[in-house]
Order: sequence, then structure tokens, then C-alpha cells
Amino acid sequence: MDKEPHISQRFDEELQGVHELVLTMAGVVEDQFANAMLALQHQDSELANEIISRDAVVNGYEVRIEEECIGILARRQPAAGDLRLVMTLIKTIADLERIGDKAAKIANMVLSMGHGSQGIHSNFLRDVHGMGEYALRMLREAMDALARADADAAIRIARGDEELNQEYRAATRRLVTYMMEDPRTITAAIDALFIAKAVERVGDHARNVCEYVIYLAKGRNVRHIPLEQVAKDLQKGAS
Amino acid sequence: MAEQGKPKIKVSHLDFFYGNNKALKDINIELPEKQVTAFIGPSGCGKSTLLRVFNRMYSLYPGQRATGQVLLDGEDILSPSIDVNLLRAKVGMVFQKPTPFPMSIYDNIAFGIRLYEKLRKVEMDERVEQALRQAALWDEVKDKLKASGLSLSGGQQQRLCIARAVAVKPEVILLDEPTSALDPIATLKIEELVSELRDRFTILIVTHNMQQAARVSNFTAFMYLGEMVEFGPTQQLFTNPQQKQTEDYITGRYG
Repeated sequence: MDKEPHISQRFDEELQGVHELVLTMAGVVEDQFANAMLALQHQDSELANEIISRDAVVNGYEVRIEEECIGILARRQPAAGDLRLVMTLIKTIADLERIGDKAAKIANMVLSMGHGSQGIHSNFLRDVHGMGEYALRMLREAMDALARADADAAIRIARGDEELNQEYRAATRRLVTYMMEDPRTITAAIDALFIAKAVERVGDHARNVCEYVIYLAKGRNVRHIPLEQVAKDLQKGAS
Repeated sequence: MAEQGKPKIKVSHLDFFYGNNKALKDINIELPEKQVTAFIGPSGCGKSTLLRVFNRMYSLYPGQRATGQVLLDGEDILSPSIDVNLLRAKVGMVFQKPTPFPMSIYDNIAFGIRLYEKLRKVEMDERVEQALRQAALWDEVKDKLKASGLSLSGGQQQRLCIARAVAVKPEVILLDEPTSALDPIATLKIEELVSELRDRFTILIVTHNMQQAARVSNFTAFMYLGEMVEFGPTQQLFTNPQQKQTEDYITGRYG
């Protein structure tokens, strides 16, 4: 739905401002996660430290955006599409903040692995790197869908999360096999397992954002509804 | 969210004219019984005109006429054979400005009842108290029932008017911007009252205050230029309206 401007230009500016702020926050979170995967790949403790300290920036965005959204709710009493936008942004920043936490967590693991006597065998991390790239792409595309309120893209991206989940299950099976084969690998394999879990959760958060985008664009709450069903319903609605 | 009950009023193909000026265009709507339905839309959209059809208020003015069908409990109230006085007993109305009669609080209520019923003093006392209680006014006026209705505050006067409307035991209550002359606290009291009354009456409210429509109504109708653009459950209309015109209006996008 093409949006005409509000009678109140200030209101347009406020909504647009907070929307842009969320996309800026998303950019920071994307960088954090991408860097975490890099730090992991290169065992770069300097980069890891940087990620950990920048987590406060992500948290700062969350607080600021939440305050601005509350301000809009209190002063403007938004309705319809405006209300859905504000709710979508409030919910999105919670997921972004959690993705930021995952990046910091991975960075922390990079540091602790560096200090440990036993580095992680590169075999263990092969799965994780592939998953990381996939999750990062999901996240970027989800934010793109949010920027354009594109429900069709959101459904497509959300459906991709199942692939990431499958990757995670496959990685788990492989890591368990390593551990059974050689108990000396257990510490390193468990580290790898935690990281894989963190990456898999990033995909879940990206998927959540996609579901909010569908709500934003179509006014339908699709949380906890199978995506095939959602895709079918939306097609029916469109025709 | 409210379930759509059985319709109390069924409007079909209603047109309304002020002289040659067509103010309502082919209105079709079913208003559910014992629910609050709010009518919103910009000035001149026809919402007040529509409200005035429901008690034939317009028949007081020459040159105003309605065509089509408006069924109240299955009976066409546009029919010339309808007894307008009985209709107005069944369909009460409260206006934008509080309009107490220049008489005592007690008589403001009793006046309407006397038009339709002969009651003994004790019975009348009971009915007056009951009406004032229903309008959440009893505790504030029980010690000064002989005082003039005009001595009350604006908010109290409006509740007195609502008491007067409910005293004759109507089935439908029409509220035409009942709080636009009141302060926010008096407004909230009226809104609270509307919520209490909706179990017993079918309430139709015209309001310019969209948040008020969102707060008090189960169903909302959005009208524009004499047409019924959208009608649906209030929650849906305010979160996910189906028509772009509705969205533009409730989000403040109309020039």
C-alpha cells in the first residue's frame, strides 16, 4: 500500500526517523555477527575484543529506539499501518539485540579458545562457517524485507531457516561422532557445538523479523503458523 | 473481540436527501443488538445524518427525506404508518450539548416517563433512582433531586441526559458526539457509562474522537462523502483496515 504523507509532517518524520534508526542498528548488528565469524575463522582476539566492547553500542540502540517508539505510542496513538510499523520495530529490535548477544558470545569463545591449551580443530568449524554465511545472508535479506515491507520476500527468507536448522542438526551429529571416537576432542567439539547453536539462533531471530514483516505488510499475525499455510493464505488474499 | 450478534437494525439501500442534496448514498449495514457501534468519518460524511434516521429526527424538518429500508426488529421505521412517538420511546437520543430541561433533576427524569406511563409516586421514585443509578449519577445527586438540572456540571448534565434517555426503557440509544463539549475526566465517565450500558441497550455513537471510538465500541463504521466505506469489528478496523480510505483517515492522512 503506497503511503500518502500524514497531515502532520512531524509524525512522518518521527516514524521515518525511528525506522531508519532500526535499519542503522541492523547494520551494526550485521557487522558484529560478520566480524564474529571472521574472528572465529582467524582466531583474531583483537577483533573479538572489539566485538565485545561494541555490544554496548547495540544495547544503546535498543534502548533509544524503544524510547522513541514509546514516545510515538504515547503522543501519536498510531493506528492501522502506523501502529503495525511501530509494533514491528519494537519487536525487531529485541531480536536484533539478541543477535548482537550471540556475536558477543562467539567473540568470547574465540578468546577463551585462544587461552586454552587445546585449539579447535579446523574440521570442527567447517560446518560453522558455512552456517554463519547462511545466517548472515538471512539476516541481511530479512532487514531488506523490513526496509521495503516486502511480505513475499519475508516468507521466502523465513522458509530458508529450515535449511539452517537442518545444517545445525547435521553438524551436531558430526560433532557427536567426533566426541565418541576420541574423548580428547570433547572440549573443542562442545565449543564448536555452542557456536553452531549460536549461529542457528541467529537464523531463528532473522526468521522472527520476517514474521513481523508479514504482519506489518498484511496485518496478519503469522507467528506459530506453518509457513506453507501462510504462503497459501496470502496468495489467496492477493488473487 | 465481540461476536456479531443478531442484527437489531438492518439498513438497506438507504438514500437521504436534504432537499436536492443527497447526503447518504445507498447505505447497507446491519447493526448488531446489544453492542456499541461507532460511526466515524470527516465532517459532512453523513454519520450524524444516519444517526438521525434511526429515530426519524429528520421528519421534524420539511425537505428532508429518506428512501430505502431501515428495519428495527423487522419493522420498517421509514414507513409513513409508523408511530414516531413510539419509535422515539424505543430509540432514545443524547446530543452533543447537554440539554437538561429547565426543571428539577427529578423532573428531568420523570418528565419523559410520564409521557408514556402512569405511575404512582413510589414507583416513579424508584424509576428515577434506577435511571440515575444506570447513568452513574445517583450518588452525586441523591441529596439534591429538587435542585435544577441546570445547576449540574457539564459532565453531570450529560449523564442526566443519558439517565433521561434510559428512564423510558428504550432499546436503542443514539449518542451524537456526547462528549465533545466535556473535559477529559467527564468524557471518561461517559465512556465508562457506555461500556456499562451496552449489556442492556444497542448503542450507536457518532464521534469525531477516533480514540473514543476505539475505546468504547465493539464495531466501527467509517463513512466518507455519504457512503459507508467500511464496517467491521473495532479492533480489526483500527489495526488492519481493509480499505485504503479507512487507513488514510484513521492514521491522519486526509487533507
